[in-house]
Amino acid sequence: MRGDGHGDRRPGAIALGFDAYGRLELRRADGTVVQDVTPVRAFPLSAPGEGISLVGREGREIQWIDRIEALDPASRKVLETALAERDIVPRIERILSVSTFVTPSEWRVVTDRGDTTLTLRAEEDIRRLGTRALLVADRHGIHFRIDDIERLDATSRRLLDRFL
Amino acid sequence: MTQAARFPTEPPLAPGERVLGRLELDFDPAGRFVPGELLLTDGRLLARHGSGGWTAVELEPGMRLRVSDHAGVGTLELHGPAARIGRWRYLMRRQDQAAEFADLARQRLSGAEREFEPEARCPACGAELPYAGASCRACEAAEPADTAPATWTLFRLWRFARPYRRWLALGFVLTLASTAATLVPPYLTMPLMDDVLIPFQNGQPIDTGLVGMYLGGLLAAALLAWGLGWARTYILALVSERIGADLRTAAYDHLLSLSVDFFGSKRTGDLIARIGSETDRINVFLSLHLLDFATDVLMIAMTAVILVSIDPSLALATLLPLPFIAWLIHLVRERLRTGFEKIDRVWAQVTSVLADTIPGIRVVKAFAQERHESQRFAAANQHNLRVNDRLNRTWSMFTPTVSLLTEIGLLVVWAFGIWQIAHERISVGVLTAFLAYIGRFYTRLDTMSRIVSVTQKAAAGAKRIFDILDHVSSVPEPADPKPLGRVEGRIELRGVSFRYGNRTVLQDIDLVVEPGEMIGLVGHSGSGKSTLVNLILRFQDPAAGAILLDGTDIRSLGVADYRRHIGLVLQESFLFFGTVAENIAYGRPDATREDIVAAARAAHAHDFILRLPHGYDSLVGERGQSLSGGERQRIAIARALLIDPRILILDEATASVDTETEQEIQRALDNLVKGRTTIAIAHRLSTLRQADRLVVLDRGRIVEQGRHEALLAARGAYYRLHEAQARLAAAQFGTGSGQGPDGGPAEAAHLGRAAS
Repeated sequence: MRGDGHGDRRPGAIALGFDAYGRLELRRADGTVVQDVTPVRAFPLSAPGEGISLVGREGREIQWIDRIEALDPASRKVLETALAERDIVPRIERILSVSTFVTPSEWRVVTDRGDTTLTLRAEEDIRRLGTRALLVADRHGIHFRIDDIERLDATSRRLLDRFL
Repeated sequence: MTQAARFPTEPPLAPGERVLGRLELDFDPAGRFVPGELLLTDGRLLARHGSGGWTAVELEPGMRLRVSDHAGVGTLELHGPAARIGRWRYLMRRQDQAAEFADLARQRLSGAEREFEPEARCPACGAELPYAGASCRACEAAEPADTAPATWTLFRLWRFARPYRRWLALGFVLTLASTAATLVPPYLTMPLMDDVLIPFQNGQPIDTGLVGMYLGGLLAAALLAWGLGWARTYILALVSERIGADLRTAAYDHLLSLSVDFFGSKRTGDLIARIGSETDRINVFLSLHLLDFATDVLMIAMTAVILVSIDPSLALATLLPLPFIAWLIHLVRERLRTGFEKIDRVWAQVTSVLADTIPGIRVVKAFAQERHESQRFAAANQHNLRVNDRLNRTWSMFTPTVSLLTEIGLLVVWAFGIWQIAHERISVGVLTAFLAYIGRFYTRLDTMSRIVSVTQKAAAGAKRIFDILDHVSSVPEPADPKPLGRVEGRIELRGVSFRYGNRTVLQDIDLVVEPGEMIGLVGHSGSGKSTLVNLILRFQDPAAGAILLDGTDIRSLGVADYRRHIGLVLQESFLFFGTVAENIAYGRPDATREDIVAAARAAHAHDFILRLPHGYDSLVGERGQSLSGGERQRIAIARALLIDPRILILDEATASVDTETEQEIQRALDNLVKGRTTIAIAHRLSTLRQADRLVVLDRGRIVEQGRHEALLAARGAYYRLHEAQARLAAAQFGTGSGQGPDGGPAEAAHLGRAAS
């Protein structure tokens, strides 16, 4: 019985899989299985591969994973799938048009997940990540990433520049 | 076309099968943006992604539907007895649609028919409303985007100029007259040259009478221009100052009417800058730059008329460069406008750093982060510099170019004029007059070019102010507020949900608080206690469900009218700069001194107030006497007592004071709570012992309700919270080690007062 709430942190001590409901389940070395855990990245922006917490149905941490690489390949793949399904953060590849330079403004964008529109509520909703990456929050909650402003085409940059 | 795009294929319905509900999907199973739809029929779920075919799932008893969301993406899952059968994802802007869909589907699964009740619908979009006459969330969400370019924003200032239109008309007439007066002197140089100087050179004597007349005319014109110019500038400055003041007041009034979440999303420094310096910038623009510009335009128009009337061909040569310069101005205008908007935003960033750091200076110093803050400021400043540098590159080239064009224009006039004199088409006087006119004319063009930048600056400022003015409060005042008579104080929450951004904070809360009942809200931080209280205070409106006061939806009541019946005591009491008495009477400025003292006594604040150097007249607040947390708290309790509210909200009222003061405050609170409907939030469970009922919240849901003892006996969530705190308290033994003899100083002060 471990009382620290972080679980066994030795490499190989845990394994991950999906149950029939498509939910993540945690299997510990001692044979216990925790069903329906949710993976949460502790640092989704600054260090997405480090510090992943598996949170139980009660909202409590069940297991802490220091590094995703520390898992066995199968578990790692499971975890990556689960994280990818949970975090939909489309990457903006091109900005096709903006409805207005006055916020709220509706943008038509091309992302790595297809074409869509987003509504920028205010200029503050664009968050700078470092010097060249941006995180654009849509008014309904989806966060869009721009990995590198410099790599956008001229039109997108010109449109984007009006909001920075 | 659109119809075909929406329904690429008809859903494969069996004969007699009805479509009961529809949910639009935004993602395909792989999580790409592909529009699709999910239909609920009598016995099936039909799904389609993009132009792909339909997939069907038979609904069977024992299946369950799960709705969840994360980071702006909603997920609807269908679970069978042993495995997940389907999963569909949508954008969170469809959450209401999804919730309704899930409800319908669950009713199908449980075999119950949905009972339709006559429901209020939005007249604009037909969406269901929580009650008749409520504002429609769907329509609000689709608020029209402002498409007007920044310059046009300035015309919206007309709303503020309208009350002064008579003055403005007078100012315009004066401008016209004074401009005309300034155009007289060059005209007089023409006869002066041709009738006096040239004949003199040709050997005729000077006609002193004529000279006196022309010089007198010049002086008179100058004096007239001076007088009229003064009157016009004075009147228009007066008017623009008033327009600026009205704008400021309107912006501030509107700001005050906005809901609390607006302030949460904006930075204080930015808002202060908008209302303070932006209105001033507009003011200066109106009184100085716009006035000058109008004068210049008038002058150019009048000059053009005079020049053409003197000599059309020379006038043509003089005016030719004008369209070219106008084109140049237009060219640079675009680049400058975006640049100035950018500078404004960067400038707001610089001030925000200050507004962040100065109030938090204790934290900065305690953590020795002066260097870090300095770097942060320097970085913002550097950014400011970079943006300015880029703009200045364009801007600095602009003025010299206009000057160059002026010189070239003069050259053209000289050349053409000399050529015409040589051919005896015009006199020397005419050329002199032309040169005198365009000398002014082109210098005015030079200043006029500046209007580009100031207009853009003012327009950017106006835009930022109208951003505030156009912001609709998310807590809308009802169009036809119901009168609020005697308030009993029964509060009812019906299926209340609330989301903050993409995070669900409260979900399906049902709660009734009877008149005079005291309930305690308990839960971990982040469990939704404060949000619940914010909703009851109507700082925000729930996303779904309704809050009722004595059976009336609070959204149909006047906001101020409703809040008047609520007393609020917060964890950190905010005192305004002013006297203690003024602070206590904040909610009821007409309260008598007796009322104030009575309230202070009941709040156990009387004694310490008397200990202050000027008693009730001592200044407190930011620049006044510093008070301890407990003292401030008791003033806040007195403030709440004075308005005698039917409903009382205590938000961690005793959290930031020590145990000893807490007892004092507790006694004050006991006075306050008596007979009022009270909702108290407390992290420290011991302070909620006297509550009639405890409501335990966990992650946005009510998990337990009941009295302290009953909840302890149930050994549920409350029991765990209580145990955790008991352990903590046991670990911190030694606090509150007996009470010393208090009241001494208070007594002395009291005696002193009695003696004087």
